[in-house]
Amino acid sequence: MSLDKPYTDVPGTTIFDADMSRMGYHLNQFCMSLMKAENRARFKANERAYLDEWPMSEEQKQAVLDRDLNRCIALGGNIYFLAKIGATDGKSFQQMAGSMTGMTEEQYRDMMVKGGRSPEGNRYTGEKK
Amino acid sequence: MAKISASVFTSHVPAIGAALDLGKTGEDYWKPVFAGYDFAKQWEKEQKPDVVFLVFNDHATAFSLEMIPTFAIGTAAEYQPADEGWGPRPVPKVIGHPRLAAHIAQSVIQDDFDLTIVNKMDVDHGLTVPLSLIFGQVDAWPCPVIPFAVNVVQYPVPSGRRCFMLGKAIRKAIESYDEPLNVQIWGTGGMSHQLQGPRAGLINREWDNMFLDKLINDPEGLSKVPHIDYVREAGSEGIELVMWLIARGAMSDVNETKKGNAPTVRHRFYHVPASNTAVGHLILENN
Ligand SMILES: [Fe+2]
Repeated sequence: MSLDKPYTDVPGTTIFDADMSRMGYHLNQFCMSLMKAENRARFKANERAYLDEWPMSEEQKQAVLDRDLNRCIALGGNIYFLAKIGATDGKSFQQMAGSMTGMTEEQYRDMMVKGGRSPEGNRYTGEKK
Repeated sequence: MAKISASVFTSHVPAIGAALDLGKTGEDYWKPVFAGYDFAKQWEKEQKPDVVFLVFNDHATAFSLEMIPTFAIGTAAEYQPADEGWGPRPVPKVIGHPRLAAHIAQSVIQDDFDLTIVNKMDVDHGLTVPLSLIFGQVDAWPCPVIPFAVNVVQYPVPSGRRCFMLGKAIRKAIESYDEPLNVQIWGTGGMSHQLQGPRAGLINREWDNMFLDKLINDPEGLSKVPHIDYVREAGSEGIELVMWLIARGAMSDVNETKKGNAPTVRHRFYHVPASNTAVGHLILENN
């Protein structure tokens, strides 16, 4: 019997469930390692070499190097873990969240100040706006 | 005997902690957020709780993917504010209440909730931002705190129903403790927000206010709302709101033993935005 996953038709949203977590285990644990200042320094000095210490897939490593957070999430990354990369880069949570929306930093900030993204048209994939 | 006198609900947005720590509270962007907490600071000076039972979630800080406890109770003597990648927040260390925490663990586990017991844990913004908002910028927190961490990071997270029932078990535990303590229970996190993917930035005022209304008037009904509704309506990270049902379940009107009347709403506040998030705050006093 397959498990009930009613959350696969929410547009622009990946739910970090046990399956995603299994896929992203090493990616997320790499992110976790950046909680230590000495690891942040080593990562910044040579990102590729640091990533190669982790049994991550080549796709996951490339997504990190590209700072492509949407890709990281598709490959099992979770935003609270990925935020450690942002912290290493000196980025705020708002900058990170905005980077996944296709908007500029300013556009995203303006949208939030005006009340955020409306749920209208954003509840189901393929829903008419 | 110990008593739960009130429940306090609040968002725990990390940017609020940063605004406090960097002295930005007077900026136009932040002023309306902090104004929403003036009442709570005054009210707490009168309430003088002996202990706060603080329901929050860890955000990949103390718990990595090595271990993911669904419900974890802190039984330690103290907890350090965590370094979340920007250095630890400059706030006082958190003093625990090991004796009451151990009593609650004993009681709640025997009531069929399989808690994880944690004797060493750094506490992140999920716990320290609410303390700053409700107690202000102080040299020492005015009372001991029992941290209670809920997994809302990896699905499936506990259901609203389960959280509500757990609140009842926590109430039973606290009210059977043999010291006359004034205990508050806080539920934190939310309100609507989504931090990931192309839908990041989602805010739903209507749903948030429905949630506040039902939390006050129909918590039983609210507890039956399935996860998918939180995700669709309040964003993927809006799921944190299930934690508010733990604190609500500990109020006297929804419990059979020493049943009380509906709580008094002492304060209600809602504001958009703080960074990516809708800020909600509620104070309910037991009757
Ligand atoms: Fe949170």
